[in-house]
Amino acid sequence: MTDTQIGQTNIVGHMLRRASSFIASLALTFVGLTAITFLISRLTKIDPVLAIVGDKASKEVYDKTFVMLGLDKPLIVQYGAYLRKLLSGDLGTSVLTSQPVLTDLLHVFPATFELATIATIFGVLIGVPGGVLAAARKGQWPDQLVRVVCLFGYSIPVFWLGLVGLFVFYGKLGWVSGTGRLDIAFDDIVTTRTGILLIDAAISGEWEIFRNAFSHLILPAGILAYFSLAYIARMTRSFMIDQLSQEYIIAARIKGRSYWGAVWKHAFPNIMVPLITVIGLSYASLLEGAVLTETVFAWPGLGQYITRALFNSDMNAVLGGTVLVGTVFIGVNLFCDFLYKVFDPRLRSS
Amino acid sequence: MTAASQQSLTQWLESDTPASSRQALAGNVYRGTRSIVSNPAALAGLIIVALLIVMAVMAPHLARGISPIEQNLSNRLHAPDTAHWFGTDELGRDIYARTLYGARVTIAMVLLVSVIVGPIGLAVGTLAGFLGGWMDALLMRITDIFLAFPRLVLALAFAAALGPGIENAVIAISLTAWPPYARIARAETVTIAKSDFIAAAKMLGASTWRILFKHIVPLCLSSVIVRLTLDMAGIILTAAGLGFLGLGAQPPTTEWGAMVSAGREVILDQWWVATIPGIAIFVVSLGFNLLGDGLRDVFDPKSV
Repeated sequence: MTDTQIGQTNIVGHMLRRASSFIASLALTFVGLTAITFLISRLTKIDPVLAIVGDKASKEVYDKTFVMLGLDKPLIVQYGAYLRKLLSGDLGTSVLTSQPVLTDLLHVFPATFELATIATIFGVLIGVPGGVLAAARKGQWPDQLVRVVCLFGYSIPVFWLGLVGLFVFYGKLGWVSGTGRLDIAFDDIVTTRTGILLIDAAISGEWEIFRNAFSHLILPAGILAYFSLAYIARMTRSFMIDQLSQEYIIAARIKGRSYWGAVWKHAFPNIMVPLITVIGLSYASLLEGAVLTETVFAWPGLGQYITRALFNSDMNAVLGGTVLVGTVFIGVNLFCDFLYKVFDPRLRSS
Repeated sequence: MTAASQQSLTQWLESDTPASSRQALAGNVYRGTRSIVSNPAALAGLIIVALLIVMAVMAPHLARGISPIEQNLSNRLHAPDTAHWFGTDELGRDIYARTLYGARVTIAMVLLVSVIVGPIGLAVGTLAGFLGGWMDALLMRITDIFLAFPRLVLALAFAAALGPGIENAVIAISLTAWPPYARIARAETVTIAKSDFIAAAKMLGASTWRILFKHIVPLCLSSVIVRLTLDMAGIILTAAGLGFLGLGAQPPTTEWGAMVSAGREVILDQWWVATIPGIAIFVVSLGFNLLGDGLRDVFDPKSV
């Protein structure tokens, strides 16, 4: 074996070890996540047997169902059975919709995805330059402005801002449409392909529906974008302030780099890794169902689905929704890990 | 107090070489207070938080004797005027009085959550950081699992499972809020545990518990307290969110989130019902954010 070959085997071995420890930690997180959700569902005072047989059932029927559901077995056995079903993609049936929970989730998730993605795009497009500008002009008016905008974003209750937004932009000015994803007149016209209304309408060439969907989407997406922007700008600012005080910036300036050249070409690439984490976290939290925003805007997404299931003691739906939420979180983390390697050459070699 | 004694008091407080631990503490408090007062944003935060406390304590007096729960259906959804400064809600209750009394619930929830979350986070973090090994791995893995949950969804699930109410909302929020404190306390403990004075204490025969409680926990306290103040706004917003969804304080207790929710139906015609309690939530969390930022600048010069 030549030296390079030995080097390559080492790298392969190293990557394998890293991958396996990574997968192990993922699996652990997943098991923990499902265990906690499972325990919560068992904490409820709602009787799962009564939910199925009704309160007029005889003792015999009740007991039979009790055994059939496996409720006579120890908790750990019940959890094992639950986990086995889960891994085969069976999330049970929703009491509320009488459909498999998985079907329900696939139906509601695109609505949340659409909202969260648009909100994050705006949050990044405005938040990142805003944060960089604030750091580069630290203490001056752009910085003060960004700080106030962020501070408000950290302090305003989202459900209240949603209501005030509806009052002003829908009620008074009439610039946007009200709650829901579409006007009732447009319901069920476009065939569902992706579940993302804007894309589905565009594919079908239904531009009137596209415009209507957009005018429904813009207010909730704008409000979520504001919160995501506040978080992203605040973190970008603090990362950049840190980098701009480093000596390599002075060195770059001495060598004749323009100020903004040093900011964008030297300092900015160095904040990419933490910045990706921040954006990923903010995106994940929006994907996890912006519960309150979806409630205010009657947006038929994941957050509203979980909330409705909770209030109707539909435990299969709650469990399924929460597991999806956790999986999304793990997925976003994975994707961020991958992006680190794209943006940070040091992580590629090690 | 004469000018001379005032000067000597300032000197005593500002002394570089305090003679006793009491003098050192007094000096620290003095310097901290001065830097908060000299920071306009932090001062504004402090004033808002102080006002919130005054509101809660003096609610019956400030409400001019109006009951927050007395219904008057002939006077429902009345716009703000001199009799009802903030108008009335859908049951004819005075929104001004309800907003004042709502401050009590907010303070109670914030205090309860802090009292639960701080010690749990400290205990888990310092134990993990100091003992290391499998204990560290186990505790931090549990922390990560809780961190992987969306805060509101988990709080929602707990609150729904335990049943609605203030106590359960507090438990639900606490269960989701402790992991960051454990992380902070662990990070601090790991650095402190390597210091010479800990090694010295060990050599003198101090037990693990003694080192933990007498040496490590006190040093972790300031960062945990600063983080708590910064987090209080978040706690208030989560509590209000639970209230908005109907999982917080139950009637007849007045709670701001539930008040906003009640105003939802009439937002287009009677804007004040939802707007005023919302402004109250906003101002109070703004106050805690400003105060928290100020405290962080005082306690942690690195972050400035």
